[in-house]
Amino acid sequence: MRSARRLLAASAVLALAVGLTACTSSGGGSASVNPAPSRPEVKGTVTVFAAASLKESFTELGKRFETAYPGTSITFNFGGSSALAQNIVSGAPVDVFAAASPATMKTVTDAKLTGGDPTVFARNTLEIAVAKGNPKNIAGLKDLKGVKTALCAKEVPCGAAAVTTLQAAGVELTPVTYEQDVKGALTKVELGEVDASLVYQTDVKAGSGKIEGVNFPEAAKAVNDYQIAPLAKAPNANGAAAFLGYLSSADARRVLTDAGFQAP
Amino acid sequence: MTAVDPGTTPAPHPRGRRRPRGAGRIPAALLLPALLGLAFLVLPLLGLLVRAPWSALPALLTGPEAWQALKLSLLSATLATGVSLLLGVPLAWLLARTEFPGRRLVRALVTLPLVLPPVVGGVALLLVLGRNGIVGRWLDAWTGLTLPFTTTGVVVAEAFVAMPFLVVSVEGALRAADPRYEEAAATLGASRLTAFRRVTLPLVAPGIGAGAVLAWARALGEFGATITFAGNFPGRTQTMPLAVYLAMESDPEAAIALSLILLTVSVAVLAGLRDRWMSTP
Repeated sequence: MRSARRLLAASAVLALAVGLTACTSSGGGSASVNPAPSRPEVKGTVTVFAAASLKESFTELGKRFETAYPGTSITFNFGGSSALAQNIVSGAPVDVFAAASPATMKTVTDAKLTGGDPTVFARNTLEIAVAKGNPKNIAGLKDLKGVKTALCAKEVPCGAAAVTTLQAAGVELTPVTYEQDVKGALTKVELGEVDASLVYQTDVKAGSGKIEGVNFPEAAKAVNDYQIAPLAKAPNANGAAAFLGYLSSADARRVLTDAGFQAP
Repeated sequence: MTAVDPGTTPAPHPRGRRRPRGAGRIPAALLLPALLGLAFLVLPLLGLLVRAPWSALPALLTGPEAWQALKLSLLSATLATGVSLLLGVPLAWLLARTEFPGRRLVRALVTLPLVLPPVVGGVALLLVLGRNGIVGRWLDAWTGLTLPFTTTGVVVAEAFVAMPFLVVSVEGALRAADPRYEEAAATLGASRLTAFRRVTLPLVAPGIGAGAVLAWARALGEFGATITFAGNFPGRTQTMPLAVYLAMESDPEAAIALSLILLTVSVAVLAGLRDRWMSTP
């Protein structure tokens, strides 16, 4: 009886302790152990929050980075830039943030959470994604008025770019849905639930064989700048610096160009 | 996603009003985790109140988008509960009162959406009822109707996630109800359907009520299946949880304000109905 009670109390204390540690420690783990101050040693986990549209190219870059820096492993969190920025502001333990727009990066710089000025590392333009063979014969933005279209919500960069583009083209469009990130808008075309969506060129290129892209002149009005920055509270600051350095290498540039990104 | 009712009284002891011996003394080993549990569930809601932008609240709440989303949420959750009642009560009766091979499997399948991540439910619905889905394809070809991106789609997604709550409640009530009343009705000449209507239904009414409230609350908080299957369009498919999620991306204050509305509505409904329906005799 007595021991059972003690066990219960002990487990309650344990549960509390575990809960508290989980709250306070920022998850750097072994990565933040840095015994040699003379030469920055790059190892451990590097956590990168990156825009959903960077998924394919950054996954590839991550693999190459891990090969170039043995002992490191890179963890990505891909999602809508705005949501990622909010996560970071809310205290997510992150080393590097790659945003699909200066506006979303500004959320983080305004909170004074970046550990260096954000730099533009890639540019992307919009394209109309349609089913393979373009069954609805969509040739430009105006043709989207007659078909089911998915746009990104204006709260996320691809949606903001879509608004700018449509305004520049003088086309008023009523989509059937505003998706929460660019991949969501693309998937709805892949599944055949909508006839078209406005996504980045790179997404069309990375997409399945079921879709193709239609270029349109107004896309030049809304070129999206991708910014990247290390974070001030990075659990693995050396890793963050190394990843940023690697991103400007010729090897990394080639991966981005192959994915359809333009150089800044 | 479903808001939690923070301060309702516990249900009365099932054995009646008589308190068991030694009930006054609460062992500390139980009290501590109990209070921690309470704090864990209530503190986040208090946080919402503390961080609420009170001065900007009226403007945020009277904005057309918030109303639109709230109206749509209330409407779709109510319709989803209606669908659940219409289909779920007979289904619960089937599970509780009849014997057929594979009944255990059927019951497991019925309760699957309870544990399934709602997003998975949304994907599954999309693949079946979407424009290219196994069933949706014919729906589109014959009637030109597609469920995704429509308010009907929202109701379908919410009903899929919420109906199991109703079925489980009603089935439990049916199992607890004495079938001899129905047998007596039958010996007095009532048909099975009449016995169900006149005897069984009134007997399990509290269970149905409890199930309906649970299903309604679950439908109101539904997010994953809705955004996956029905998409997001203000006034048509953008329910409160979706509005909260998207507002969080660019305007956290608006997200907090919207969350407060949802919280208030949920608490009001649960507190108002709980004493009446949720305390089974």
